[in-house]
Amino acid sequence: MSPVVMWAGGAMLAVAALLIVARIERGPSMLDRAIALDALVASLMGGLAMWSAATGRSDLVNVLVVLALVGFIGSVTLARFVAVEPEDEGRILTPEEVRIHDARLREALERERDRSAAGRDSAAQRAHPEGEQQ
Amino acid sequence: MSVVEWVASACFLLGCALTLVAAIGILRFPDLLARMHAGTKPQVLGLVLSMTGLGLSIGSSQVAWKLILVIVFQFMTAPVSAHMVGRAGYRTGKVREDLLEVDELTEDLERAKADETPG
Repeated sequence: MSPVVMWAGGAMLAVAALLIVARIERGPSMLDRAIALDALVASLMGGLAMWSAATGRSDLVNVLVVLALVGFIGSVTLARFVAVEPEDEGRILTPEEVRIHDARLREALERERDRSAAGRDSAAQRAHPEGEQQ
Repeated sequence: MSVVEWVASACFLLGCALTLVAAIGILRFPDLLARMHAGTKPQVLGLVLSMTGLGLSIGSSQVAWKLILVIVFQFMTAPVSAHMVGRAGYRTGKVREDLLEVDELTEDLERAKADETPG
């Protein structure tokens, strides 16, 4: 195969992969990303096929078979477990919200520590009742 | 260059161009179903073209059988993932109803609901 064909096709595939990655980064929902990932695998297979033709390596064909078999698992898994996402889930929190969230987290941690300390006390009591009596 | 190489090069270039067009469609189309429509082109036709080009340029029957296997696997798995993604998208409200000309699933669901309630 002539190098002109290889470079032209490779450039088209590279631009296509870049556009698809832009969609993966942007994609408003996980399903858009799943579709874009499928298309990315397809462009990868095209690139592998061209590489194999350019270098005459026929062992890369096995990689193509494997990719054709497992390429769809990702999007099927995503589609199986996708749920209704809240509208502002992907938003970055404001400093005020971060402070509230942190305070709530710290409070929960404190409560957890108190409870575990109390639990340890009562466990010690159960283990050595005679020590308490003396 | 022989005729076979010309045909293989044309197949490769067509497959790559199809992938590029599909990528532009995936980036620019407005909603999930339109992006699915664009994204399935390189998975089937683009792949068939690329595999034809590879089979012609390598030219051994052993490789050709593997390439046919690749195409068969892709034909079996692409509809499965498209079906799952489309169904999940419809159920989670990712389909924009203002862009649809025909929406038979919604009509069917409403008819089924009306049949269920007696009277």
